[in-house]
Amino acid sequence: MATTTTLPELKAKDFKGKVEPDWCPGCGDFGLLNSVQKALAELGKKPHEVVCVSGIGCSSNLPGYLSTYGMHTLHGRALAVATGVKFANHELTVIAAGGDGDGYGIGGNHFAHTARRNIDITYLVMNNQIYGLTTGQVSPSSETGMKTKSTPFGNLERPVNPVTTAIMNGATFVARGFSGHGKHLLSTIKQAIEHNGFSLVDVLSPCVTFNHDNTYDFFRQRIKKLEEEGHDPSDWKSACEKAMAWDDEIFTGVYYQDKNVPTLHDQEPVLEAGPIAHQTPGLTTEQSERIIKRMM
Amino acid sequence: MSNGYNFAFAIGGAAGQGIATPGNILARIFVRRGLHLYAYNAYQSIIRGGHIFLTIRVNKELVETHGDDLHLILALNQDTMTRHAKHVVPGGAIIYNSDSITPAEDLQEAIQLCGLPIKELTNDSRNKLVQNTVSLGVMLNLMGVDFSVLEEALTLQFKRKGQEVVDENVNMARAGYAYAKDNFTAFPAALPEQEKPLAVWTGNDAIGMGGAAAGVKFYVAYPMSPATGVLHWMAKNARECGIMVRQIEDEIGVANVALGAGQTGARTMCATSGGGFALMTEALGAASMMEIPVVFVDVQRAGPSTGVPTKTEQGDLWQVLGASQGDFERIIVAPKDALDAFDTVVELFNLVDHYQCPAILLSDLLISEGTFSVDPEAINMQPTIDRGELITEGGPSNGYQRYKITESGISPRAIPGVAGHAYVAPTDEHDEDGILISDEFTNPHKRREMVEKRARKLSTFFDKVHAPALEGPEDAEVTLVGFGSTEGVIREARQSLEEKGVTVNQLAVKWILPFHAEAVSGILKKSKKTLIVENNYSGQFHRFLRSETGLSVDGHIRKYDGEPFQPHHIVDGVMDHLGDKKGVTDGVFVPFQKILV
Repeated sequence: MATTTTLPELKAKDFKGKVEPDWCPGCGDFGLLNSVQKALAELGKKPHEVVCVSGIGCSSNLPGYLSTYGMHTLHGRALAVATGVKFANHELTVIAAGGDGDGYGIGGNHFAHTARRNIDITYLVMNNQIYGLTTGQVSPSSETGMKTKSTPFGNLERPVNPVTTAIMNGATFVARGFSGHGKHLLSTIKQAIEHNGFSLVDVLSPCVTFNHDNTYDFFRQRIKKLEEEGHDPSDWKSACEKAMAWDDEIFTGVYYQDKNVPTLHDQEPVLEAGPIAHQTPGLTTEQSERIIKRMM
Repeated sequence: MSNGYNFAFAIGGAAGQGIATPGNILARIFVRRGLHLYAYNAYQSIIRGGHIFLTIRVNKELVETHGDDLHLILALNQDTMTRHAKHVVPGGAIIYNSDSITPAEDLQEAIQLCGLPIKELTNDSRNKLVQNTVSLGVMLNLMGVDFSVLEEALTLQFKRKGQEVVDENVNMARAGYAYAKDNFTAFPAALPEQEKPLAVWTGNDAIGMGGAAAGVKFYVAYPMSPATGVLHWMAKNARECGIMVRQIEDEIGVANVALGAGQTGARTMCATSGGGFALMTEALGAASMMEIPVVFVDVQRAGPSTGVPTKTEQGDLWQVLGASQGDFERIIVAPKDALDAFDTVVELFNLVDHYQCPAILLSDLLISEGTFSVDPEAINMQPTIDRGELITEGGPSNGYQRYKITESGISPRAIPGVAGHAYVAPTDEHDEDGILISDEFTNPHKRREMVEKRARKLSTFFDKVHAPALEGPEDAEVTLVGFGSTEGVIREARQSLEEKGVTVNQLAVKWILPFHAEAVSGILKKSKKTLIVENNYSGQFHRFLRSETGLSVDGHIRKYDGEPFQPHHIVDGVMDHLGDKKGVTDGVFVPFQKILV
């Protein structure tokens, strides 16, 4: 399946898709898109070896803006579909992407279970704490008190904490990025893709149209980089403590990483013969005879 | 069945009393002797207690139902004796533990009561399950089978548990066999033996095996009765067959994981029951939009909602017809029995790969959990696998378009990983490149083109699958129409009706969508009196048939009490429709379920 032709080294622009993004000018998602294209180029990936799977929402348009394989699936289902892609061909680099409503709300169940499964998928959540494509309703990560079209008198609920949720559900790589800090985000995404196991990058990605609370300024005033704080990502307790911060300081970078948990596909004996998508389908005469014999 | 040997017996008791094991041992004995069987297990959603009633019917020829008559009952508790002793036909026998069970008084004529002093025969063993083995000895003696046959079967069944367990069971069975020899009268016709040994499987085994034979490399599911047997078969055989089997958090996840694996090139199957299928429906439409081949299996149980989880019904027809938003093409097929389910799974995979669309196999509890004998030579374990227009080798793209408009509507499909062909498969409407048309400028002409392209794919469907055909005399007084699992029971009812002097033919429908409307209309227009037999209340199949053909029919026989049709139910319905119609209300005859389980 893999081609033997030597291709020239690829640049970020080689990972640009056929269409230009239709996000609002100033949207945080541009920062993530740039970082993903650069990360793939710098990691030496080839477009056909990468599959980007998204759900529905503004940020879920991401696959169309990449030159890789992609699936633009149903609302909330990016991780489930990405899981299927990875199961069928674990040699592919699989990136799941979407927004906070898609991943932490309607897709919350898949988020928890994909994390504990430790399947080697990188999950990039463009978290703008609002439903943008439906023109501004409360999201699972909206702050308490936030006024939106569906909470005109203020949000009564507390927001989900994606970082602690991922850690508690057994994710082996949990990080946070800020789309206003391109270089740092690039480095975080590269580490996430290189991690052998499930990785989450919660990307603070301001919605300039519908979220006037969590703006670029809001984040710039609060963000501190974990590596500059002397945080050790193998320190689970410290990761959890840092993840609880929000009001005065917000940390970006790698919160938690455990390199010692085997991935799901590493443990699956059926994959010893290579990706199932490449295995010859059907049964051998020997297999067939054994099955029939057991029925007699 | 007129071949001289037709024997049906039942084992009844509570869940946890060990009914499955003797059932399995007997089934193996029968098929090794070349005898056909069909077994239906009536049970409840309970792990301990309740009432289980396993009926096994044995015959020299193919049997497709558990039939009407019971010749022998093994009553493991009083409840079974009280409920069912009266159903044993004259000349039959009832085996029971006389230490704890009182014989029923409402017996038919000439019933042999075979009370067993279990305490004495088992030396007061504390292992309650050994009484089942004693009873097996009695049963085999009554059926006129040599003890060595049972000894061999018990050895095979228990050898994994060690010689001690084998010896205990063989001794108990021997005690029962000897006791029966001294105290009871064996049935006049001994269990026959035929030259060619058969095999035994359930419908769910057959669906799983069909997948394996068809080249399924990925099976994904969430447990739900009565579809769980497919998951069990797959999980057990996965490593040996090189199939990846995963249990996922819910059926929404299952269907979407299936989309990912299907898109990436693995033949992918998932099975569930109606409730799980309801959760899968959005992904069904996504499979159509992204043109991904996936086979969904819906094993129907009695609904709505949680319904009656362990009972059968044909109540999901309109669910699968209308599943998922939008207007799109799907294949729906309802096989008639285990072997047909096996063959249908194989056929479906070639169809979905060819047409790049989703398909639904509609089974039901009756097929899936029914136990069938099968001629092993009839199972084609290495069928032709045709993956359709699949691009698996990389190279220059030459302007590759995943959703290229073609005359057939079918666009060659590159799977992720193939160089030079990268594209995005979208659930939004898209153009030939897979680029969304819902953003910015929708382009109504493009939308129309894409809808028509997808629809056009199935225009050759009727060249690939068989149209239903009329079975029986063309000029019969009555035509019985059914779909899926009712085919066998209708066939058997026809025999009984013929014995009563009524000529009946039948039209069994298997392929639901696309529907052979012309063929079916042609047949039904000539029929003298058409009755539809279906396992639901509202006549789902009738409404479908009418919508596809515009034809109305003469009457209905419908059952929706959770228990399957037995031949006499259909015979009663036909006779009533032909006679005074006392049992017919608004054209519908609802048969009476005598056996309460």
